[in-house]
Amino acid sequence: MNVVIADPAAPERGDNAGRNGSGRLAAVARGESVPAEIHDELRQERHVLEIERFSLWYGEARALFDISLNVPRGKVTALIGPSGCGKSTLLRSVNRLNDLVDGVRIEGSMRLAGREIYDRAVDAIELRKRMGMVFQKSNPFPMSVFENVVYPLRIDGERNRAVLQEVCERSLRGAALWDEVKDRLHESALGLSGGQQQRLCIARAIAAEPEVLLMDEPCSALDPLATNKIEDLIDRLRGEYTILIVTHNMQQAARTSDYTAFMYLGRLIEYGPTETLFQKPRLIETYDYVTGRFG
Amino acid sequence: MNAAAVPPPAAPRRRSGRDSAALLAHGEPAVWLMGGGLVLALAMIVGLLVFVLYQGVATLWPRPVERIALRDGSVHMGEVARDDRYRPADHVLAALPEDTAAAARAALAAADGWAHRRLLRTGNYELTGEHFQWISDYQIAAEDRPPWAVVLERMTWGRFYGEPVAFHVLHYTDEFADQADPAERRRLRREQALRMAREMEGTPSRRVMFQTGLRLAAPAELPETATVAAVVEIWEGAESAWAQFAAWHSGVRERWQQRRALEKIEIGRINQRREAGRHRLRSAELRLERALAAGGPESPAAARARAELDRQRIEFGRLDRATEEEFLRIRARIAELNRENSRFRLVLTTAGGAAKTIELADIVRGYPANRLTFGQRLGVYGARWREFLLDDPREANMEGGVFPAIFGTVVMTLVMSLMVVPFGVLAALYLREYAKAGPLISAVRIAVNNLAGVPSIVFGVFGLGFFCYFLGGHIDRWFFAAKLPSPTYGTGGILWASLTLALMTLPVVIVATEEALAAVPGSMREGSYACGASKWQTIRRIVLPRAMPGIMTGMILAMARGAGEVAPLMLVGAVKMAPELPVDGIFPYLHPERSFMHLGFHIYDLGFQSQNSEAAKPMVFTTTLLLIAIIAALNIAAVVIRTRLRRRFHAGTF
Repeated sequence: MNVVIADPAAPERGDNAGRNGSGRLAAVARGESVPAEIHDELRQERHVLEIERFSLWYGEARALFDISLNVPRGKVTALIGPSGCGKSTLLRSVNRLNDLVDGVRIEGSMRLAGREIYDRAVDAIELRKRMGMVFQKSNPFPMSVFENVVYPLRIDGERNRAVLQEVCERSLRGAALWDEVKDRLHESALGLSGGQQQRLCIARAIAAEPEVLLMDEPCSALDPLATNKIEDLIDRLRGEYTILIVTHNMQQAARTSDYTAFMYLGRLIEYGPTETLFQKPRLIETYDYVTGRFG
Repeated sequence: MNAAAVPPPAAPRRRSGRDSAALLAHGEPAVWLMGGGLVLALAMIVGLLVFVLYQGVATLWPRPVERIALRDGSVHMGEVARDDRYRPADHVLAALPEDTAAAARAALAAADGWAHRRLLRTGNYELTGEHFQWISDYQIAAEDRPPWAVVLERMTWGRFYGEPVAFHVLHYTDEFADQADPAERRRLRREQALRMAREMEGTPSRRVMFQTGLRLAAPAELPETATVAAVVEIWEGAESAWAQFAAWHSGVRERWQQRRALEKIEIGRINQRREAGRHRLRSAELRLERALAAGGPESPAAARARAELDRQRIEFGRLDRATEEEFLRIRARIAELNRENSRFRLVLTTAGGAAKTIELADIVRGYPANRLTFGQRLGVYGARWREFLLDDPREANMEGGVFPAIFGTVVMTLVMSLMVVPFGVLAALYLREYAKAGPLISAVRIAVNNLAGVPSIVFGVFGLGFFCYFLGGHIDRWFFAAKLPSPTYGTGGILWASLTLALMTLPVVIVATEEALAAVPGSMREGSYACGASKWQTIRRIVLPRAMPGIMTGMILAMARGAGEVAPLMLVGAVKMAPELPVDGIFPYLHPERSFMHLGFHIYDLGFQSQNSEAAKPMVFTTTLLLIAIIAALNIAAVVIRTRLRRRFHAGTF
């Protein structure tokens, strides 16, 4: 995917830009509720994850405000927005990792393949097995490369050596790491370079064939070369997996994603096809953000 | 830009130009202070270690033997233990004989009132009643190192210093027990002795005599009526006597070792079998008593118990006879070994001129101290270290080895570690991972930390009351009723000592483990949760392995503290002398109820409880050195394991 970001010097706004946008962010900052601008293209997609009027509080502090957002199957969806806008919180809500934080309260609904995630009957552990997650900082476990990749299978009690080996190779190939580590599968994963470690974490995340792959700024701690490799990898995984990626890097969102959601202070502002959002956003605020005027 | 709006540039803040302020600001004095503290700490630690090392290493070195003749005519011989300078008081000089006092005054005047004296280890306790003798230089008339002075380390009475005069080898005549007539028996023995004497004739360096009763008689003056017990070959002169000693001694020692093995292992096994049989019998009696109390004399249970008791009585009678036979057989073998060993004797004279005959079996080691080459000296030194490390103690622990103490220390420390680490880790896991933070948990944590400050003797008292008397008492009542009233588990033992020390070191392990758990990065836990792992799986597979080096650190600290602890052990099982090890070849091989020896307690016992503290002092240093070495070895082993673990978890992160 190759999207050219609009040039701020020669503004070529979308048709709707400026019409309903003025003062929107100021209103959000005042705490007023603002309807999100959602593009029509999304209606035509089949959604694997449906988020509806989802709100979240850390103790007294509200972090997410009535987010409604559907993630299309098999596509890469990027969440962008300035620091503290709640993108990571939203991502971590999808696999209920926020449950581990004391004092978290939610409202609204989130459905994975039609089934409510925040249902009492749903076991968070079983739920997480259906999703893979890659973190901002690579977090390989203190064990061998092999054991790292097959960890999700190990905790399910898989003992069959052949199955484990097959999964390990497939995942490492999937994460474009196989050729680099195939001779050192049984050495410590902590001996790998930073970029390799992050790809190892991706291999681990896709080992159990998840329905959704969550990525929380996977490249922010990596050098440009390693970032390139990860982006290529995301490109290769497109279609095979549904990917929800949080990123700080506008170019990265433009390069890798099919759809982009722009968030601000816990609210969804605009959500649409990446190309449109970066070149002809409907809202002036989105335009300002993607062109680097603020944020 | 409006120039008027710009505030006038503030005058630069006046810096105090004093050097001291700058010095303080740079922290230079703090660095010096820290360096000084480190140097002081190092100096004390290294000083102590070097002192212990020097003293401990020198103890077993064979020193030359000095013979010192005093002006009062007495002669002393022995090794110099140490020396110092002192100011003799006037009444000491006044008590001296006239000429000695005059010489002493002259010497003192020349040395500014200071006198030099040496502590001579003179040994020969059974003759002199002294182990040591202070000798001041002004008392000395003459001094030399006699070439044939020998040092004998004996089984009893401590060391002996003297010069060999003769070596006796006895050849016993037969008893002729089948001859009923005593006169005929006497004649036969006599004839046999004369025949043996004739065969021995012809070697110039030895004489042949006959032993009748306790006396020796030359062949020519053998009384007609005497019964000849043995023909005695006598090698005379220091050199040939010593050559014979060297030739026979190792064989005698070997027989002595055999004898000890028979006494310790074989007889121990027999006693153990008899004991077991006796307990079965006693158990049957107890069962009968219970059956009678429960159902009266007519009940079927009582009848069964009675039958069982009868069976056990027969069984025990059989066992009794069998073990008695075996016991007599072993006693006969021991008597045979003793008789063979009693054939060899060394005759010596002391420096004072007294003659002394010592049986070879009584001598552990002997060497001519002034004739040894450096290599031989090293050999004696090595042999002494081997004995020290591998043998049982003798003579109230002052001589011989400390093997049981080494064994007890190591086993106790390992058992303690095996107990304390799982408990401490489980407790820390609950505190850190599962318990909700709150006032209760804080209180628990404070209590655990305070536990580390409780005096160790308090733990000893607790261990005695709870483990020995309460737990052990109940175990005895339930499982070892037949042995009561003598306690099995109801008294101090290595298991209870280990548990007591485990309790004492628990806070160390809990605190270290908590720290280690807290240091596991949250990102790793999250990664594991995100893979769908449960909390327990995350702890078991990620958190615990990652925290292992920290847990090992806790174990190392606990081991170091536990291994060096003495006070509580005195209450819960460490004893002065316990030749029976807690692990041996007698079923059930592990004896956790046995009391044990401990190096720390051994040091205390040698240093403060022994009758001959002067002789014990060097052994205190040697034992201390050994204890430090063992603790260091245990620690190094743990550190090596920890480093391996660390390398696994931290390799190549950047």
